[in-house]
Amino acid sequence: MTYPADPLVIADDAAISDDPGEKPPSAVVVRGRGSLVFRRFRKNKPALVALVVLVLLFIAAFIGPFVYKAVTGWTYSDQDYSAFLSPPTGSHWFGTSQIGQDVFAQTMRGLQKSLIIGLLVALISTGLAAVVGACAGYFGGWVDRALMWGVDLLLVIPSFLIVAIISPAFQDAGWIVLVFLIAVFAWMITARIIRGMTLSLKEREFVLAARYSGVSPAGIIFRHLIPNMSSLLIIDATIAVASAIIAETGLSYFGFGVQPPDVSLGNLIASGTRSAFTFPWLFMFSGGLLVATTLAVSVIGDALRDALDPASSRAGSTK
Amino acid sequence: MGRFLLKRLVNYLVLVVVATTLAYIVASLALNPRSAYEGRNPPPPAAVVDQQLTAYGVNDKDPLLGRYADWIGGVLLHGDFGKTVTGGDINDQLGSRAMVSLRLLVLGSIIGAVVGVLAGVVSAIKKYQVTDRLITVYAFFFIATPVFFTAVLLKYGALSVNQAAGSTVLYYTGYETPNLQAGFFGHLADQIGHLILPTLSIALGQIAFFSRYQRNAMLDVMNSDFLRTAEAKGLTRRRALYKHGLRTALIPMATLLAYSFGTLAVGATFTEKIFGWHGMGEWLVDSITSNDINVVATVTLFTAVFILISGFLADVIYAVLDPRVRV
Amino acid sequence: MSHSLTSSPTAPLLSVSDLTVVFPGGEEGAVPAVRGVSYDLAPGEVLGIVGESGSGKSVSSLAIMGLLPRNARITGSVRLQGEELLGRSDSQLAKVRGNKIAMVFQDPLSALTPVYTVGDQIAETIRIHQGLAAGPATARAVELLDSVGIPNATQRAKAFPHEFSGGMRQRVMIAMAIANDPDVLIADEPTTALDVTIQAQVLDLLETARQMTNAATVMITHDLGVVAGIADRVVVMYAGKAVERGAVGPVYADPRMPYTIGLLGSVPRLDRPGQALTPIKGSPPNVSSLPPGCPFSSRCPVVLPVCREIEPELIPTASGSAAACHRAQEIEHGLIDGVPVFPVPEIPQARAVQVRTERPAVLEVRDLTKRFDITKGAVMRRKIGSVRAVDGVSFDIREGEALGLVGESGSGKTTTIMQVLSLESPSEGSITVHGQDVGGLGRKQRKELRRDIQVVFQDPMSSLDPRLPVGDIIDEPLRAFGVEAQQRRARVSELLQLVGLTPEHANRYPADFSGGQRQRIGIARALALEPKLLVLDEPVSALDVSIQAGVLNLLEELKVRLGLAYLFVAHDLSVVRHIADRVAVMYLGRLVEVGASDDVFDRPSHPYTQALLSAVPIPDPVAERQRERILVRGDLPDPANLPSGCRFRSRCPLFVTLDPGRQQKCIDVDPALEEHVPGLQAACHWAQERVVVPS
Repeated sequence: MTYPADPLVIADDAAISDDPGEKPPSAVVVRGRGSLVFRRFRKNKPALVALVVLVLLFIAAFIGPFVYKAVTGWTYSDQDYSAFLSPPTGSHWFGTSQIGQDVFAQTMRGLQKSLIIGLLVALISTGLAAVVGACAGYFGGWVDRALMWGVDLLLVIPSFLIVAIISPAFQDAGWIVLVFLIAVFAWMITARIIRGMTLSLKEREFVLAARYSGVSPAGIIFRHLIPNMSSLLIIDATIAVASAIIAETGLSYFGFGVQPPDVSLGNLIASGTRSAFTFPWLFMFSGGLLVATTLAVSVIGDALRDALDPASSRAGSTK
Repeated sequence: MGRFLLKRLVNYLVLVVVATTLAYIVASLALNPRSAYEGRNPPPPAAVVDQQLTAYGVNDKDPLLGRYADWIGGVLLHGDFGKTVTGGDINDQLGSRAMVSLRLLVLGSIIGAVVGVLAGVVSAIKKYQVTDRLITVYAFFFIATPVFFTAVLLKYGALSVNQAAGSTVLYYTGYETPNLQAGFFGHLADQIGHLILPTLSIALGQIAFFSRYQRNAMLDVMNSDFLRTAEAKGLTRRRALYKHGLRTALIPMATLLAYSFGTLAVGATFTEKIFGWHGMGEWLVDSITSNDINVVATVTLFTAVFILISGFLADVIYAVLDPRVRV
Repeated sequence: MSHSLTSSPTAPLLSVSDLTVVFPGGEEGAVPAVRGVSYDLAPGEVLGIVGESGSGKSVSSLAIMGLLPRNARITGSVRLQGEELLGRSDSQLAKVRGNKIAMVFQDPLSALTPVYTVGDQIAETIRIHQGLAAGPATARAVELLDSVGIPNATQRAKAFPHEFSGGMRQRVMIAMAIANDPDVLIADEPTTALDVTIQAQVLDLLETARQMTNAATVMITHDLGVVAGIADRVVVMYAGKAVERGAVGPVYADPRMPYTIGLLGSVPRLDRPGQALTPIKGSPPNVSSLPPGCPFSSRCPVVLPVCREIEPELIPTASGSAAACHRAQEIEHGLIDGVPVFPVPEIPQARAVQVRTERPAVLEVRDLTKRFDITKGAVMRRKIGSVRAVDGVSFDIREGEALGLVGESGSGKTTTIMQVLSLESPSEGSITVHGQDVGGLGRKQRKELRRDIQVVFQDPMSSLDPRLPVGDIIDEPLRAFGVEAQQRRARVSELLQLVGLTPEHANRYPADFSGGQRQRIGIARALALEPKLLVLDEPVSALDVSIQAGVLNLLEELKVRLGLAYLFVAHDLSVVRHIADRVAVMYLGRLVEVGASDDVFDRPSHPYTQALLSAVPIPDPVAERQRERILVRGDLPDPANLPSGCRFRSRCPLFVTLDPGRQQKCIDVDPALEEHVPGLQAACHWAQERVVVPS
């Protein structure tokens, strides 16, 4: 028994009266679930700020370079031989590097990379986790054991090491390989959590009812189970974006991720670190934007969790 | 309890074996030790290169499993971790590097966990008040910031402080001042001075992580029925919270601790490189760039063993805290 | 210690005046959970507080103890032995809690701290209030555990809460509550989560505890039968206020507030099977947005315009109680001018049915056995034994007949119906649905068979997918069988009307409906394919009492109109008596008694059935207090380690009265179902009928 802190608990029986001819006893307006989630999210001011920041970052990363080129004429691959290591000025908003590269253009390019990689990894890993976890949880038996054995194996492998070793070998194929490599090692914990949720949802009566009504397993997984875990999936995907971005920048920092001449926030920070003390603009902007991105995404993820599932105050799901 | 711990131990041993084997195999397939010799001028004869590579156990023309068996045999039977790609003895560097890394890892994890848990508890009790908000902002910031950026920022900050103070107040390179003439306490003070920044780099992130999770665990407990029962039988709200609630809320932290060592190890790698500490992490990064297979495998083994020991300790703590697993 | 020497014999021990509790904030505004409750408690008296969810019954008691969250605003007065409790600081109240006033809560698993031993938790309260050192406190704790009936108290004191069963944990809670000889004992739904025979044990224990400490007791519950059995006075709460108050006799015999009348009329009674239930329409109100006037006005069948404007106060009535109703003077024995306040609904009577053996069998179960393996080992799991959750159960259900499968937790009744529903071959035995044996069915045939057997689940919250609109939920079975969209829509409308809703409801989501309505939707879904057999798993146990009646009446009506057969599982025997034609009682995986409903309830012959029936409280104070109680002893045995011979003998009340010769037969021979008494089959060597339920 808990305190009736949430009036909805008491209210749940009052929405529509039993007798269809009569009006509802009180003026309780029944709101759809979507707008309820929206309202809760809106009340969370830091989350709104974070959302705005994220949108601005996206605009800056993808549209910025065009605007910048129109205004100053510089792109990320150009070199300005007349201005080495110049601090931020009107013609070079973030200054220039040792070989005259425009830091703003480069930073935006790196930001693009990070954002895309982050989103792609999140999509792939969450999708993979959902399907594997749901199948393992629903079918049980040898399917479950086999899939979880695979998950455990992948969890045990030192992912940073493997990606660090393998990725440079594939650098010719481009950064898309990096996306897959990071994604391959990012989905396991979520899959376990999804499996746990599936196990408990599986015994819920509406799933049993569907089974006994003759619905096929695929129908149950995709029509009942996964939609009912969508809150978890959304929250998880958001957090995955942040950790993917951090993983990619970490790898690129050491030279194992995105390789020069291609630009990533990670290798920008790396090359900037060496002269950080005398020429701070070389790494402050890329570092600052990196933190801004991951912070904004994390705050949004946390706010989503509060909005979608206010009863849960835990940071992660339990089994 | 014994059964539970045994199960976990077996789990970890599997981890050590799989991780090391995989690291060795992937490194052998993807890294190219020959490149250490190819860049030289004049290039040494192929036969000589082959002979040297075989002597060090890293010749890609030799069968992979054979090389692996030799290396593993050497480790398990003689404690010999083999040779580096340029012929040096791995064992020589192993001891000192391990000590360097351990200093960082142990301190970082202890400080991170203890301070993090405290911060989380305080945060939960003073929910939505200023203290909580500050801690929450801190936590979000440091969870979002990768360790290497924190390290770089700290270095930068140290430099500014040093410049402003006019002398070296904060150390940001290495783990001790070379050629220092001082007594035991002098050395100790020096080492502690060098430890501050790198440990902070790791600990700040760990504190953020633990405080978030502990806050949530504590909030859950604060709403639970058994706290109400404790109050109902005569404890004040405060006593009930600390005596019954805290102990129960600490239980999930032990699991978290076990999981945190993986990220801790990666974080330490960054930190060592940035602060110029000659530890295992720095060795690993260098060895990947220098295509040194045996070193990669050795460091992986070390890391896996570290995760094993600390994970096992965390499980012991869990079993001590939660009687439900003991039966 | 218990009574202040200066208190006069007539001064109340606990005096609550005009208590209000408001919870601020929340998404819908402030919640006035309690809106002015007053009562007095004399020393040694038992007060029952009755109400449904949202009535504020628990909140008012938590307010007295000072256990509400800090942001709750409490006004009014609570005086214990003349001293005011409200407004005192937490540390002052802590000295009173557990010492002068003690509380027993509902769910003992979550109410005990998982990381401390039971002995330590009891010793803790002793040390706080009596200042004893650790050693003596633990010794006293062991004594207390012993006095509440926990075997091996010394060892068990070192065990943790999760190592006890529900009934045992509740005993621990009671031991903790009486440790310091409190003057007032508040029990908040202490037995709601327990099986009925365990409930009887715990209620018996509470009575003993009361006699040991001479504490005044406040019993908060929704179960009118429990209150009738132990309370001296009763307060009925609705929407945060007391609506009727008085000695238990007059309130039950001649209630003057329509809510009380409706409540008493809507509860199925074990001793009056034929009586039609009078449901109360609508549902308990939302206290944060109450309309003006009487909060019950929207559901009251005899409402007047004044009721919607002015909220009535508690005024004394001719029957000796006090009721909050403008029409209280007009009401007498549930009638106003000879017309019942709550009209009795017309339930169609079944047509003259054929003798059951001549009707076709819808379901035949023979020697059904379901085994669960016990495995050990971390890496490789080895089987070290098996538990038979269901051990050789046979019964059949004829067309149009309702069979109630009765049993407590661990009886295997849920496993049985799940096995039947799965339509799969059991570990042993056979299941035949409509003449077809389920073993050896192909997947297509099994799917076809599903048309004939459908299910209604217990929890209306979780039996409907919250993300689908109601129409989609109901037509899912139709869709799975390839019925066309047009036909489906028509059928959905038809079904909604059949269960008392309207076709417009098809577009809404489950969250918009009340519990009772959701259950109706579940029933509509189950009927979509026109099954012959409906399996119901505790169909009304998750509903509020005043709503249960409506759903039960609906089930009755559907049974007659559609010629359905029911297999339903329930632990509430009064519900079973109301709907079932035949009853089968299960214990530890076996059937112990089978027969026609009236026979089993009026003249049970198996000792377990007798104990079970005697444990069910009847909402009639006179009858309830005159009944003879038959208690089962102890707890369920470990299913992996059952007693030899008759598996009930370790708890059997009859066993202890037998002479050694007869006892030996119980120890050696496992009894089979036999007809010892005409019309009933019982699995007992010494079965004898006995009247346990007053009629």
